[in-house]
Amino acid sequence: MQFGVFSVGDVTVDPTNGREPTESERIKAMVAIALKAEEVGLDVFATGEHHNPPFVPSSPTTMLGYIAARTERLLLSTATTLITTNDPVKIAEDYAMLQHLSNGRVDLMMGRGNTGPVYPWFGQDIRNGVPLAIENYDLLHRLWREDVVDWKGRFRTPLQSFTSTPRPLDGVPPFVWHGSIRSPEIAEQAAYYGDGFFHNHIFWPKEHTQRLVNLYRQRFEHYGHGSADQAIVGLGGQVFMRKNSQDAVREFRPYFDNAPVYGHGPSLEEFTTETPLTVGSPQQVIERTLSFRDYVGDYQRQLFLIDHAGLPLKTVLEQLDILGEEVIPVLRKEFDSLRPAHVPVAPTHASLVAKAGGAKDTTVHAVDDVTGKAPEANR
Amino acid sequence: MTQRTLAVVSAGLSQPSSTRLLADQLAAATRDELAGRGETVELRHVVLREHAHDVANNLITGFAAESLRAVLDTVTGADGVIAVTPIFNASYNGLFKSFFDLIEADALTDRPVLIAATGGTARHSLAMEHAMRPLFAYLHAVVVPTSVFAAPEDWASGTADAALRSRIERAAAELAEQMHRRPVSTGPSDPFALTTSFEELLNRRES
Repeated sequence: MQFGVFSVGDVTVDPTNGREPTESERIKAMVAIALKAEEVGLDVFATGEHHNPPFVPSSPTTMLGYIAARTERLLLSTATTLITTNDPVKIAEDYAMLQHLSNGRVDLMMGRGNTGPVYPWFGQDIRNGVPLAIENYDLLHRLWREDVVDWKGRFRTPLQSFTSTPRPLDGVPPFVWHGSIRSPEIAEQAAYYGDGFFHNHIFWPKEHTQRLVNLYRQRFEHYGHGSADQAIVGLGGQVFMRKNSQDAVREFRPYFDNAPVYGHGPSLEEFTTETPLTVGSPQQVIERTLSFRDYVGDYQRQLFLIDHAGLPLKTVLEQLDILGEEVIPVLRKEFDSLRPAHVPVAPTHASLVAKAGGAKDTTVHAVDDVTGKAPEANR
Repeated sequence: MTQRTLAVVSAGLSQPSSTRLLADQLAAATRDELAGRGETVELRHVVLREHAHDVANNLITGFAAESLRAVLDTVTGADGVIAVTPIFNASYNGLFKSFFDLIEADALTDRPVLIAATGGTARHSLAMEHAMRPLFAYLHAVVVPTSVFAAPEDWASGTADAALRSRIERAAAELAEQMHRRPVSTGPSDPFALTTSFEELLNRRES
């Protein structure tokens, strides 16, 4: 089981003192959170991708590349990469590059984003959201697996004899998750390719999550990738902890009450009942998180949201200390002991390389002017 | 004997509520009309006032709390709907609109609906035609021709007077007839049902 944190990268006023971080502070805070995540023994840091205020992470591979250089073990991921509005060619190149620079410590999560206006900023139309996700990912999937691609589709210019460089590290593309909250088509897409399915989980009742995860599992089996319980599932979670649960509730309440997304709506108590949000002691977080398994089955990745709604960096780093010291070690042990032997752990670069029969250099050399040898020769 | 369900939605805010009173009379009249067609009906009352907080929360969070989910399913899963609101400032009240804003755009397609309203003066009665009827037309519901408006004078004798009574009966007969013509509801639709295969999704892009 992998544990980590995912960040939306929002710049939000701290409602307790009116202080609003600058973009620069927030970007550096995200890096500090990632470094701390490795330090306290978490496995994954995932950044969102947004192209509008109040969010800072518009350039995920720049940030993840920097974090890669300052970490040894941490897996770098996204939550989510916009498969709709990014050019799949650029995604193929950027994340293959990140793979090489991080020695394979990268995977990514495809998503459609949270705001309509982003589509026209990148020359697209929100009404094509699902078709874009389908077409672009199908191209991305090929670009990482075929050295030379001839391709024609609806949404971008055709490709002729195109080679995306660098080729994936060791000949193995990064593992891909597909994130969706309410679209059965995306669960179907993840199942079709045998990729992972990640449910954000945190803003909705568990029945939503359960329905889509079950659909993904059934379709994963339908497409012959393994039994339903062997499908690769990730979940979000949202926690705030203090030693005494009353202290956690008291400290978190103003952040909850004014939070983007759900603030000024339900009470903290209602929201913790209706969604996976857990505000309390580390033991309460352990118990709640273990209960996720009751409705989605054995799953492979748990990411927590801990740095939104204007929480100061100091507080977030304290949360990471608690996660690392008191929560994750227990969860890791419990989940691993509950998981049957035939249910896999989340794929990593090493496991994918082993599955592919070992590392291969797949460098595609340029056309030789003298011999006329073309990249096709390597096919 | 066919068993039907009828959702009776009332958006009255005061208690006791004349909106609720009108809704009850319409429901009872529809029940009698259905009985005349050999059908029994289970009346499911939805008093929106009781769900006002949950409705506002849903608007903000994007999901319905469990109790509100059950209410929404009651409405979208019924064989017919009676929708009654007080008229505020020339239209349905905000609670009524907020509640129906939570209904998925296709969840009431071909559903027989009877619209009715209450107001401080009979001059509000056309609000049903310029506000309520278009709302349900947008939702592809089948709104019966007779809408029923009750002003204070209609309650003067303590119960619906003759003119109101005849409108209630006519509207109820229209609703009962529309319900009677249709197969029994199979319940609310499933928003997470997969209605396509991936091959189909992939192929669609080439067309």
